[in-house]
Amino acid sequence: MNAATDTSVDSASLPMTKALNAGLRRAMLDDPKVLLMGEDIGPLGGVFRVTEGLIAEFGEKRVLDTPLAESGIIGTAIGLALRGFRPVCEIQFDGFVFPGFDQITSQLARMRNRHEGGVTMPVVIRIPYGGHIGSIEHHQESPEAYFAHTPGLRVVSPSNPHDAYWMMQEAIASDDPVIFFEPKSRYWPKGEVRFGESGTPLHASRVVRAGADVTVVGHGAMVSVLLQAADLAAGEGIGLEVIDLRSISPIDYGPILNSVQKTGRLIVAQEAPGFVSVGSEIAATVAERAFYTLEAPVLRVSGFDTPFPPAAVETHFLPSPDRVLEAVDRVLAY
Amino acid sequence: MPTAFGLDGAETCVRMISPDGRFEPNAAAEEFLPYLDRLSEADHRRFYRDMVVVRKFDNEAANLQRQGQLALWVPSHGQEAAQVGSAYATRPQDHVFPSYREHVVGMIRGLDVVDVLRMLRGVTLGGWVPEEHGNFHLYTLVLASQTLHSTGYAMGMQLDGSTATGNPETDQAVITYYGDGASSQGDANEALVFAASYQTPQVFFLQNNHWAISVPVSRQSRTPLYLRAGGFGMPGTQIDGNDVLASFAVTAKSMDDARAGRGPSLIEALTYRVGAHTTADDPTKYRDPEELAYWVARDPITRFRSYLQGRGIEQEFLTAVDEEAADFAADARKRALEITGPDRSVIFDNVYAEPHPLVAEQKAWLERYEASFDEGTN
Repeated sequence: MNAATDTSVDSASLPMTKALNAGLRRAMLDDPKVLLMGEDIGPLGGVFRVTEGLIAEFGEKRVLDTPLAESGIIGTAIGLALRGFRPVCEIQFDGFVFPGFDQITSQLARMRNRHEGGVTMPVVIRIPYGGHIGSIEHHQESPEAYFAHTPGLRVVSPSNPHDAYWMMQEAIASDDPVIFFEPKSRYWPKGEVRFGESGTPLHASRVVRAGADVTVVGHGAMVSVLLQAADLAAGEGIGLEVIDLRSISPIDYGPILNSVQKTGRLIVAQEAPGFVSVGSEIAATVAERAFYTLEAPVLRVSGFDTPFPPAAVETHFLPSPDRVLEAVDRVLAY
Repeated sequence: MPTAFGLDGAETCVRMISPDGRFEPNAAAEEFLPYLDRLSEADHRRFYRDMVVVRKFDNEAANLQRQGQLALWVPSHGQEAAQVGSAYATRPQDHVFPSYREHVVGMIRGLDVVDVLRMLRGVTLGGWVPEEHGNFHLYTLVLASQTLHSTGYAMGMQLDGSTATGNPETDQAVITYYGDGASSQGDANEALVFAASYQTPQVFFLQNNHWAISVPVSRQSRTPLYLRAGGFGMPGTQIDGNDVLASFAVTAKSMDDARAGRGPSLIEALTYRVGAHTTADDPTKYRDPEELAYWVARDPITRFRSYLQGRGIEQEFLTAVDEEAADFAADARKRALEITGPDRSVIFDNVYAEPHPLVAEQKAWLERYEASFDEGTN
């Protein structure tokens, strides 16, 4: 069993799994009402080891290894939240959230509204999501649009370990339900986590690389793809301004609109199918709010409108730096 | 195949009062008889009064729907004994998670039934604050969703140490109402799995009213529903749900067990939905009139009245209850018609607990849009 991460230091280089673990631990230390629930999250520490060591430290009244039933996990978390707890539920993989979909969309998202404000629903649902890991069906999907479409939910996705540490604590502190999408392919690369500073607000988007020619927006694992694309574009003398969306619902349009004022060109990248997607929403909103500053149509670079394919061909399905650059060429052609 | 006839007379089905109103506990009732000692004469009168009052209210609410004053009505006619007996077996500290037909349970827990009408009149999606109304939680319209909420709530009672301390005056438990149709839902089964796994302080009170809209219970289950409990690892008891004393005594024991840390249990109350599923439905299209007649002959109110008369209750009391019920229904009708709609701001106000820019923006836009019409008419 690994020792808990020392968060009393100013900073440490950690993979996202350990940053999330440290964020969960911090929240559990700060508030005895915070509970973890999920499949295999106890002695195993979750299939991705995000909860490793927490049952040993906090005991099985704080870390609940549950029966294997997603609707049961979400539905009982709602009851626990009604009772005053702050449950953090782990869904094992993106494609396994759907047995709990009804409890999330018809119950969790609406409880406060139905109670006319009389209750809060501080439930976090952690969902490891996305491709690039060469896995089997139901293990590589990006279902965030379903949740962003549901009033009453908040939806976020960190792209790096520092954000993961802080956003997890902010999500747990929120009195609204938060669907917390963790990009699996970014679980293992290390990054600096600055424990000494405070986090960026949960729903703020952020410019992570400045550039003058084209604005590119993405969330989760797509941010590292966009940064790679920006490196390649810079070699050709094209400046990409990369924005990490961080929050999918609500969307913080301020940095996006500011950037588009400067560049006049916008590309939205996502692993999810593009039809009725987060990218569609951003394209429509930017068209409504920044029509006269746009020099080209907003383009989406997305997964195709197909089921996630067999892993052997996933590199053809997932937006790559080259696919982003192909779109960059198209917006610059206007 | 189970049918809607005669099972309530089986030896394994707990019954204390015969259909014609005589106190004749069967063998299955024996272990529950001591719980009847908790009931005073006043309690007996109260049981009768509540059943009669809710029946009258129920008829009035159906009339309101027919007259276009409610969007829908969900009758409880025929299920009064199951509901009244079980509700009186709860204690003030317990929590009640209803489905959407448990009007009298709400009344007994302190709810103003007009609050139920508010939801059905379309002015609210909820209607009351559970903690201010006897811990009677909101109706849940997606079948069996509340079974999981209640199980989670009961898990919370365990985690915060509010149950199984040995003090029956403060130890808490949950009672969860659902039906034969909802028993087929995945959530109902997952709730039983979680309840058994965590040994929650909880009673699942399954009212088998034999019909899920037009589909008979034989389509839901090839086994009596109380036997399913054993498969989940908890005790199950079948009762004659039209016998208010059986409902009280069995629920009292089960809730005592739950509060004392002896885990969850399931009660299947055999009863009958005498009316329609809702006012949107016509049961004559799918039900055998003989079946209806069988159950009407086992009417819970008629049965309990005969029982009370056998104990020498005075006619004046029965007459007074009828008058009170008529007054109650008339008052509910009057107040239902006085329910006014909410301000349009409810569209936006409680979607989120914390500020949300999109919702705030849309609320402000709607205000400006509506105001633009006012300006036009000035």
